[in-house]
Parts: sequence; C-alpha cells; structure tokens
Amino acid sequence: MKQDDKSSGGLSEQRAGAVSASSSAPTQPAKGSSEKQQVRTAAVLLVSAAMGWVALKSIGKDFLKSLLERSTTVPVDEVSELSHEETRSEDRNTVPKDREEDRKEVRDEDREKEVDLARRERWGTLFVSFAFAVSIAAGFGFLFIYWSGGNNLLLGGMLALCLAGIGSALVLWAHWLTRHKQATEKREELASPPAERKAFVREYEAGVRDVHRRGLLKWFGVAAAGMLASMVISLIRSLSSAPGDALYTTVWKRGQRLMTEDGKPITVQSLQPESTITVFPENSIGSEKSQTVLIRVREDLLQLPKDRVNWAPKGYLAFSRVCTHAGCPVGLYQSENHLLLCPCHQSTFNVLQAAVPTGGPATRSLPQLPLYVDSDGTLRASGGFSEPPGPGFWGMP
Amino acid sequence: MIGWIADSLDSRLHLAKFFKRAMNHVFPDHWSFMLGEIALYSFVILVITGIYLALFFNASSAQVIYHGSYRALDGMKMSAAYRSGLHLSFDVPAGLLIRQMHHWAADIFLAAIVAHVARIFFTAAYRRPREINWVIGLTLLLLALANGFFGYSLLDDLLSGAGLRIGYAILLSTPVIGPWMAFKVFGGTVPVSATIPHMYDMHIFVIPILITVLLAAHLAIIWRQLHTNYPGPRRTEKTIVGSRLWPSYTAKSLGLFFLVFALVAMLGGLVQIDPIWIYGPDNPVAIAPGAQPDWYLGWVEGAMRLFPGVNLRLGHWLVPEVFFPALLFPALVFIALYAWPWVEKAFSFDDKPHNVLRLPYQQPFITSLGCGFFVFLLVLLFAGGDDVVAVATGSSVVLIRTILRILVFVAPAVTFALVYLLCRRMQRRRMTSTALVAPEDVDSNKAVVTRTE
Repeated sequence: MKQDDKSSGGLSEQRAGAVSASSSAPTQPAKGSSEKQQVRTAAVLLVSAAMGWVALKSIGKDFLKSLLERSTTVPVDEVSELSHEETRSEDRNTVPKDREEDRKEVRDEDREKEVDLARRERWGTLFVSFAFAVSIAAGFGFLFIYWSGGNNLLLGGMLALCLAGIGSALVLWAHWLTRHKQATEKREELASPPAERKAFVREYEAGVRDVHRRGLLKWFGVAAAGMLASMVISLIRSLSSAPGDALYTTVWKRGQRLMTEDGKPITVQSLQPESTITVFPENSIGSEKSQTVLIRVREDLLQLPKDRVNWAPKGYLAFSRVCTHAGCPVGLYQSENHLLLCPCHQSTFNVLQAAVPTGGPATRSLPQLPLYVDSDGTLRASGGFSEPPGPGFWGMP
Repeated sequence: MIGWIADSLDSRLHLAKFFKRAMNHVFPDHWSFMLGEIALYSFVILVITGIYLALFFNASSAQVIYHGSYRALDGMKMSAAYRSGLHLSFDVPAGLLIRQMHHWAADIFLAAIVAHVARIFFTAAYRRPREINWVIGLTLLLLALANGFFGYSLLDDLLSGAGLRIGYAILLSTPVIGPWMAFKVFGGTVPVSATIPHMYDMHIFVIPILITVLLAAHLAIIWRQLHTNYPGPRRTEKTIVGSRLWPSYTAKSLGLFFLVFALVAMLGGLVQIDPIWIYGPDNPVAIAPGAQPDWYLGWVEGAMRLFPGVNLRLGHWLVPEVFFPALLFPALVFIALYAWPWVEKAFSFDDKPHNVLRLPYQQPFITSLGCGFFVFLLVLLFAGGDDVVAVATGSSVVLIRTILRILVFVAPAVTFALVYLLCRRMQRRRMTSTALVAPEDVDSNKAVVTRTE
C-alpha cells in the first residue's frame, strides 16, 4: 500500500512538523535526526561544494572579466537623428543581400540612443549574473533542504527564489543586453487571392465529381462511418447503470428498523423531545440516499396533513436528510423554531408541518418517512419515503 | 555543438527558411498582452505539477482506516483517495509544496484567462479576423472551470463533498436527459465507487487533452494572424510594431514563464490552500457549514442563493429549482459571450478586419456594458458567501440576501452609468487636447499617425 509508513519514526515526525509549519510559521527542525541523515547531509554539502567550485571556475573568468573591463565589443553609435525612411535605406546598404528580403517584411525602427551602450552592457552583465547567481544558490539550498528532511515552507521559498532568479535574469538580459529595438512587420493579407481560391475549388470539385460518379459506394462509405461512430458512442452506456429506478427508490421498506450510525436500533425512549439524530435503514447503514433525520417533538405541536397523522408516533418525525434543492445533507436543526436548515444554501423546512420549505431556494418538502412502534417499542418504517428523495430532475413525479 | 545539431536537422527537414522567418516574427510589447501568456504558462505549470501529483494520488473511494503521520485523523475511516491526499501532504517530502503549487497554479490559470478575456473584450480585439480565437478562448475558459471543479472534488474531503453533491444536482437538473447525463459523468447518484475514477479520468486525460489541442489551435491562429496593436505611431491595419521573436521577445517571454513559476512556488510554499486535513474526510452524515466553492464558481453559487425558489411544473415535467440559476443562467452568460462578436457586428455594421485595437474610452457603450457585467458577477460572487457575511456582521442571512437581491441589479446599472459618463468625458478631453475629430468616426490610428508626421 502506498500509505505504509516505511520511513523511520524520527523522519516522519520531522516531516509532519515541516508540514504543519507551512500553515503558520517555520518551526525548529525536529530533534534527534538519525546518524544516517547526518551522513547524507554531509555528503550533499560536499557534492554541492564541489559542483559550486566547478561552476564558479568555469564561469568565473568571463564573469570577472566582464565586471572589471570596460566592454568594447559593441561600437558606440552616434545618436541617430535619421528619419526612419533614411534608417531603412541605410539598413539596406549594410545588411547582406540574403537578409534584404526579410528587411522589407520586418523593419527595425526607433534606433535607440546608443551612446551609453557600453555602460549598459557592463551593468547588464552585473545584473544578469547576479540574478543567475541567486538562482544557483537557491538551487543548492533547495537540494540541501530536500535531502535533509524537506520543510515545505523553505522548499517553496528556495524554489521560488531559484525560478525568480532565472526569470529575472532573462528579462534583465532582454532589457539590458539585447539591442532593444522596435521592429515593424508587414501583415500579410489573410484572404487568399481569387486565383488561388479558384485553383483550389477547381481541384476539389474535380475530386467530388469523381466521387459522385460512384454514388452507391459513397453511401456505403457514409453508412460504414456512421456505424463506426455509433459503435464508439454506444460504449458510453457502460459508464454507469441506467438511472432507472435508482432515482426514485431507497432501501427503506415497511418493517425496517431505524438504526443509528453505530448500528444501534432506535426505540421510543431513544430521544427526548426537541432532539434529533441521523438514522439509516437497518441493512444499509451509512447509505447516502437513505439517510434520514429523526426528530422528536411534542405531540401536541404537530400540524401534519390529515393523511399523515399516523406517521409520527410519540412525536417521532423522520425526513429524508438529502436536501430537495441541491442534494446537501440537511444537517442543522433549530429546535426553538422547529426548523431544519440546509448549510449549503440556507433553505429551511418546518418539521411540524411535514418539512415544508419556509425559506431559502428550496420549494419542495423533504420526503417524509412514515413510522410505527412495534410491540417491543422499537421504531420501524411503515413504508418508503413519501416522495423520491434528493434533488429534483425533470422526470420527477 | 548547436551548429552541428542545426546542420543535421536542417539537412533532413529544411528548417532554415521557416526559422529565419519565425525569428523575425514581431510581438507587441504592451503589458496587457502578457495576460494570455500567464494563462499559457500556468497551464504548463499545472501539467508539470499534475504529473508529479498523479504518481501519488489513489483514485479510489474504497473505505480504509488512516494510520499515517497526521495524528489528529488517526484511526478514522476515509476513502483511499483522501488518504493518498493526506499521505502526499504529510509523508512525501515536498509533496505538500507540489500539491499547493498545483492548486495555486489553477487559481492563477483561471484568473489569467478571465483577465485575458476582459482585455480582449474591452479593446475589441474579438473583431474580424479574430472571432475564431474568441470562441476557442471561451471554450478554454469553460474547460478550465470544469477541470478546476473536478480537481477540487477529487480529494474527497468534507468541503469538496458538498460541492460534488451540488455539481451533481446541477447536472441532474438538465432538461429531460439530466439523470442520464449525471449518471454517465458521475457514475451514479453521488458518491458511488465510480465517481472518483470518472472525475480523475476527466481531470487528467479528457479535459487536459482538449485544452492542449485547443491551446495549440489558439496559438497557431495567433501565429498566422499576428497580434493586434494598440493605436500608436506606425501601427496601422497593415503593420505590427513590437519586439522580434529572437532574441528579445524569447528572453522576455521565457523570463515571464520562470517568474510565473516562481510566483506559484512562492504561494505554494508560503500560503496555505485547501488544507484537506482540517476539513476531514467526506462523510454523508457530517456537514460543512460556511462552505464556498473556489472563487471561479462563486458567481454560480451566488446565483443559486439569490434566485428565488420557483416551483414550476411544465405538464409532466418538474423544473428543478437549481435549473434556472445554476444551469440556464450560466448557459445564457456563455451563449451571450460566444455570440458577442456577431452581436457587435450586427449593431455596428462593421465586419471589416481590424488589427488596431479600440481603447476602452473610444467605445463607451461596450466598455460600460462590460464593466456593468463584471460588477454583476462580483455581486453574485459576494452573494456566494452570504452566510459567512451574515455571521461576520451579526445580521440575518435573509436581510443580507434581500440587500444583495437589490444590489445585483442596482450596482451594475450604476456602474454602467458612471463608466459611460467617464468614457464620454475622456473622449471630449482627448478631442479638445489633440484637436481631433470624434474618435469613434475616424480610424484612431490614422489620427495618431497624422499627428506624429
């Protein structure tokens, strides 16, 4: 099983600590990390140091050079006062011939004031390398934290720092180290020229005529494709049973005892007036659809319709616990108003009047379960719910 | 090395010409064009983190007893799916980080799409030739909403259990075929053993594949049609001004990807989201008062609360209460959005291609309509938490609901009027300051060009 805890006790304890940390504040690493872990930490440190040294050595020379020397690789241009037509013609003279075609399509505009290009290059190199350095350092931090237990809070911070370093390096690079120019591209006409369209239509229709000549074959082909599609679509049938009776019925039947969630039968002594409990049919405890709220009220308060006066012996009322509005469990009972309240959309049902809706978006009463008391004083259902339980659907009676 | 790879690929695939053209592709620089990119990149992050999460998630509703390292739930009965969520959060190093990153990325994905759609709407970028991408984009939004719902419900905690039941009830209320559809999607009356595998399949295969395909089409169409441009110097219907793809746009956009990723990692590590261990496992007997869906479905939840209970029978058919606010209303909203480019055409008699955007103030009626609609959705979102508001303010839900029922119509109307006046005022100001003719009648970008020349 995935959930089997194979790690040592100390380790999982520390991870639990780490997790709870992410919700509030960083906690101290758990005490008593094993020797194995210390060895691992040391190894990670060693490898990190070695990698860092290699990395620094390989980039260090260029890095230092770029910081110390004034870069002279990019010529310092004069401020371009040329109008853009002239710029273009100048461009055309300088670019190689094979790029000329492209230059017609896409032109550079807004030649920047490039007097300070060298300075920009120096600072840009500094910024970008700093951002990359932060990223590299955070990457080492992440690895170190991950291998030594893995506090989610710190891991997230290190990952964010690492990614932000790379991201800002790239953006800084684009802003400081590329010759940032605005380019203008010509849009091509999206509609095809009439000649192209005509050529296409001609060829297509030639093919269609070919198909038409074999009319019967065409219809065979269509029929075969249709059959293939209906075969594939019919597989949807297997995704569930048909809704059929499932929406109309529950397990409640005449004679079924009312059981608590723990499997204890309800008797007439189980509830005091104005108290409530959730009950299930005896053979399907925990069933979502058959869940029933049992409420005991004072018998003289009852205002049930005439055909239901026998449904509530000793003031015991039972209703479907699934809201008729959107299917949430109607779990709250306000005993002073005799109201059942659905926590999802605040529909209220008056239990004294057979759970008619009195507020909120629900418009249909909670289905009532008729009850009787047998000779031992045990509460039993004297039938199924008065209506199908659960949220409404178009075919609902 | 790179030269060698390029050589060997080009000698087999004839790539040089295409890539040369591609590198010279021009992308506009305005910040509002990044919104779509943020959505794209958060989808990439969702896929990356999602693949990792799938290695640990157990899509089964089999009932098990928990004995993991989170002591508060020790010995409790729960589904295997919920237990794998706990295991991931407590016993997998960096597991909670990745799970929270995934959830945050989903929120950012949806927020970015909504902002992107708003940008398109308020600048009239949906006009010819971009109607196809408007339709694809809205479909992507719908798919993202559905996948957010499924992903949220998969963990099978008490809070998402309530959402799942409501989602099932909404689908069940579909005219005539509702029961059949709800059964096929959820595997039966929720929750049944097939519910989690069904949602898992939708969440990790069906919807992501659809999103990927539509996203590819969305991008290919942008590539073909090029972006729009805000009005400005040299930006005409026949040109586009911005950065070339290589190198500056590549660097900037790739940088944006890493920055979005960094934001997600920061939120995932530092800001708790969806702490399923606090809610506990789903349980038909238990209740979760004060439950709200994720924000992007809050407007539907609000509509369900504000819409008055209507008990309606059409002959043999019962019309369930949730049908009007939770199915018909969102459907109408999306139908209106889908139809919008053609509605606008019908009123403006303008079906010409447009590559230069209209600024919001240049289209006072459309802008104020859009703002009013947004305020309408915001009031509904607020109404989705009316019970929490009632508890916080110490007043009754009934009172709050009455106020919101008035506000849901008044606030959009007031917004409409205010925005309309503001746009008009801005139009007049621009007119006097630049001595241009009425911006509506004249191609705005032409006007700007004449000014610069």
